[in-house]
Amino acid sequence: MRNTVPIMKREFSSYFNAPIAFVYLTVFLGLSSWLYLKGFFLVNEASMRSFFSLIPWIFLFFVPAITMRLWAEEKKVGTLELLMTLPVTDTEAVLGKFLASFIFLVVSLALTFVLPLMVGILGDPDPGQIVGGYLGCVLIGAAYLSIGLFISSLTENQIVAFIVSVVAIFVLYILGADFVLFGIPDWLVPVFSFAGLGGHFDSISRGVIDSRDLIYYFSVIGLFLYLNVKVIEARR
Amino acid sequence: MISVRNLSKSFGSTVAVNNISFEVSKGEVVGFLGPNGAGKTTTMRILTCYLEPDYGTATVAGFDVFEDSLEVRKRVGYLPESAPLYTDMDVVSYLRFVADIRGIPRDLIGGRLRRMVETCGLASVVGRNIGELSKGYRQRVGLAQTLIHDPEILVLDEPTTGLDPSQIIEIRELIKKIGRERTVILSTHILPEVEATCSRVLIINEGLIVASGTPEELNATAGGEDLIHVSIRGGDAVAEGAGLQDTGTQDSGVKAALSSLAGITSVEKTSEAAGGYSKYIVKVGNGADVAETIFRLAVERGWTINELKRETLSLEDIFLKLTTREVGQ
Repeated sequence: MRNTVPIMKREFSSYFNAPIAFVYLTVFLGLSSWLYLKGFFLVNEASMRSFFSLIPWIFLFFVPAITMRLWAEEKKVGTLELLMTLPVTDTEAVLGKFLASFIFLVVSLALTFVLPLMVGILGDPDPGQIVGGYLGCVLIGAAYLSIGLFISSLTENQIVAFIVSVVAIFVLYILGADFVLFGIPDWLVPVFSFAGLGGHFDSISRGVIDSRDLIYYFSVIGLFLYLNVKVIEARR
Repeated sequence: MISVRNLSKSFGSTVAVNNISFEVSKGEVVGFLGPNGAGKTTTMRILTCYLEPDYGTATVAGFDVFEDSLEVRKRVGYLPESAPLYTDMDVVSYLRFVADIRGIPRDLIGGRLRRMVETCGLASVVGRNIGELSKGYRQRVGLAQTLIHDPEILVLDEPTTGLDPSQIIEIRELIKKIGRERTVILSTHILPEVEATCSRVLIINEGLIVASGTPEELNATAGGEDLIHVSIRGGDAVAEGAGLQDTGTQDSGVKAALSSLAGITSVEKTSEAAGGYSKYIVKVGNGADVAETIFRLAVERGWTINELKRETLSLEDIFLKLTTREVGQ
């Protein structure tokens, strides 16, 4: 696992080598704060709930934009050949890339800490809900990242990676939504409602940290990282 | 150092490498020569553990490419075709990244980087982004990247493609220098490159090794012919006999005299040059050195020679012969 670190460092710094990172961060912060604050003063309630319910939808576009490049570009430029002939295992490479994008995501979430501070000054929010909300964002973000990274490894076209990731994440997100559950046979309902990314997020962001939800997110992340390793192996 | 046995690799229904076997011993510079799509790159990718063989085995520095892939990769420096690099990084941070992954101790990295910059002539581009560099400099960064961990074995896939002639000469010199201490495998479809850099040649075509040996050996086995270009004025010979005044007869005299020499297979007059000189192309059978005998003959007959040049029809012919025959089958 030693070589995960240099790969992670390289990937993370390459976000900042081009101005892309700053564009992403500006758009993410601007969009999320504006959409939240737009309703905040109208509702006149010291709560971050509406903020956290926005995040899965913003991440739906933000996360594929972070991950689309990670494998697709290496394949297109041919640097994959250089990387995979260095003494690096496939797992190290996948983890390095995942961690780099994860840190970038955590940084972007950390920049929104201004909002809870502001809410704390203006009123008396529920700290448990804010902690739970951020935990939920980190978990659902990481799950999205693992899906986006996996899809990026399937193509050498970044745009294709982006679009397919958005669609795949959207489908997985709404699996557990009510209007989907109404339309399927009864025996499938528990399967769908457990498999959907959204339901687990809702319960965590209410401040209810249930081990089933944690296990769910860790399994999704583990599954897609594993599939990613298999795809990288399959080139041989 | 490298030992390949019955190696095969197919992509779908295309057989890229078909049951090839060869050995490379320490300190050799071996050239893979072949037309595009002959299987050179696939073979190199297997040796560097990017691809796995379908059948057969390959060991590099004593380690199997399949079983001990990481050990092999630690000992090999590989420059893929067209030197793909992370274009968003600058030269030094890229080399530092590779050094880091190669497991070079932190306190040694600085020294290694300086040595690479010096060996590969990168001093003028040290702080630049790789994306801004010319093809020649990228190639050098690629070479620096392959050399940074002091590998026992270097695998270079078409190291001179896309370079201008002076850069090609520089890179070849660099490869020669590197090849004095290390085992090098390089691939190319440019014939003079092989003659300039390699101690041994493997000619590959359609996934098969069609010939192998030193450039000289290949030359000899394929019965390469030498040509001698000679330009003669039959001065005194013309004056001696009254019937030899016109040049036609003079030529036939020279031609007949040349043809009668041992080792010469044919003589052909090509042109009338200025000052009464006539040019001839003399074909010489395998190995014979007739330049001296021609000179003696000229002295004996009192001819003047103003050109006597030997040309070896070499690898190029062998290459074409071997590869086109394969294609024709």
